[in-house]
Amino acid sequence: MNRSVRIGNGQGFWGDSVDAPLRLFEGGPIDYLTMDYLAEVTMSIMQRQKLRNPERGYATDFVRFVDQVLPELKKRGVRIVANAGGVNTEACRATIMESAKRQNVSGLRVATVSGDDILGRLEQLRDSGESLAHMETGEGLFDADREILAANVYLPTEPMVRALDQGADIVITGRCTDPGLVLAPVLHEFKWTDWDGIARGTVAGHILECGAQSTGGNFTRWWEVPDMAGIGYPIAEVSDDGGLVITKHDGTGGMVTVDTVAEQLLYEMGRPDHYITPDCIVDFTSINISQEGVDRVAVTDVKGMAPTPTLKVSISYLAGYKATGQLVVSGPDALAKAQLCARVVWDRLAMAGCQFDDTHEEYLGVGVVHEGIVPAAEHAPEVVLRLGVKDADRAKVDRFGKEIAPLVTSGPPGVTGFAGGRPKAQEIVAYWPALIDRNKVTADVSVVEVGS
Amino acid sequence: MRVKLSRLAHARSGDKGDGSNIGLIAYTDEGYALIREIITPEAVKAHFSAICKGAVDRYEVPNLRALNFILHDSLGGGGTESVITDAQGKTHGLGLLLMEIDVPDDFELE
Repeated sequence: MNRSVRIGNGQGFWGDSVDAPLRLFEGGPIDYLTMDYLAEVTMSIMQRQKLRNPERGYATDFVRFVDQVLPELKKRGVRIVANAGGVNTEACRATIMESAKRQNVSGLRVATVSGDDILGRLEQLRDSGESLAHMETGEGLFDADREILAANVYLPTEPMVRALDQGADIVITGRCTDPGLVLAPVLHEFKWTDWDGIARGTVAGHILECGAQSTGGNFTRWWEVPDMAGIGYPIAEVSDDGGLVITKHDGTGGMVTVDTVAEQLLYEMGRPDHYITPDCIVDFTSINISQEGVDRVAVTDVKGMAPTPTLKVSISYLAGYKATGQLVVSGPDALAKAQLCARVVWDRLAMAGCQFDDTHEEYLGVGVVHEGIVPAAEHAPEVVLRLGVKDADRAKVDRFGKEIAPLVTSGPPGVTGFAGGRPKAQEIVAYWPALIDRNKVTADVSVVEVGS
Repeated sequence: MRVKLSRLAHARSGDKGDGSNIGLIAYTDEGYALIREIITPEAVKAHFSAICKGAVDRYEVPNLRALNFILHDSLGGGGTESVITDAQGKTHGLGLLLMEIDVPDDFELE
């Protein structure tokens, strides 16, 4: 008899459904629940939160969820792996430990994985010879003055496995790879050390990492997807004989087919025969998928190779300010009037002495996202005018935000739909991907038991 | 006959740095042979001429009957920096499926 485990992913990104993890937890059998909270921009937001309040800088949605399920979690023996720690894994754990004490949940072990945050080590790394050159442009990070907001290494999965090996019920990490959240329980359970095995767990994680995108969400033939409101989040069933099946809880909406899984396999894909993670390199041109039952897709023949000697670093820095604002312009002549509105805004801003590094205008409804592919709907009955600016000067960007509403009374007729107040300048958080020698990064694991 | 690519294949797209990727998956082996022949990087670049400012790379994934395209410089600066509506290229897959292609009259279509 093969031994298998069920790993469900209840959160695909920062801002995903707050109810999905609970539905996955309560809706059927799972052994592990994973949750992904960190987008590239999230770390810089969390660094800012931590700067204002040393007790913050992690995903508070996660703590609220754990608080809801804690007694049941321990009773059922479901273990959680989540990158909810952001830039403050300790504070995240402290809140969960308090929750455990308050609810008299004893024996709960909560682990943190740290070492990914190298913001405080940048000077030392520079002095040790790391250029942290931009992976696409080759420019060195330290070649120009930059206000760096966050710098985090995508950690290998090994420290998460170590935490589970030490009996952690909940593993809280900062930056790790998204597939690593699923790979960690796989490697903890089956101790695979061959590259194909590590690649198999990685592919399971890749298919699960965007939540419902493998169970019918964002699927081309959307009209075939049953009960989208109650869409089930994905579960990977992994067996000690190397079996991998993607499925979802019985009775949930959505669907798991070779087509929904194939679309997700290629999501955010670069070179398919060379998918690089800190744990291995996966050859996606080796994989076969087949429908083995209703809402059950088997994934076989995954080939892996040894990883590279470097780790990827995600660095973010301040690159000026941006704002966007929008208005609805009705017909007749919606497009012509919207074009006039745009011209009026730019002219008035010029009269106020504001020129911008970059401006942008869109006429939504006329054919923006498929511009050049579909013919422009020049006679659209109404148009959403959307304007945007970028500039290094925050004051100028805020000034732009004050020039939208006046169009309602001082522009052409039929201008409406101005809601939500004046658009305000937002920081442009630019992303700087780099590589670092993996020997210069050390991950630490700490496991604490409640009451100890 | 002239048909939309959506009769032969399905697709998903997302962001990849300042570009997007489109995974294009044929429904049949015959469909894969055909898209492999006619959906060249040049054809994709021309189709997205108003959207993609950079080069187009293409990779073959025959085991999934799929082609993977990278559309460089197609997001108005990329993810967090861009002010365009589709800053993550979410709609590029459906945009590709709108391409019109010539297929033999007896070709099996979805």
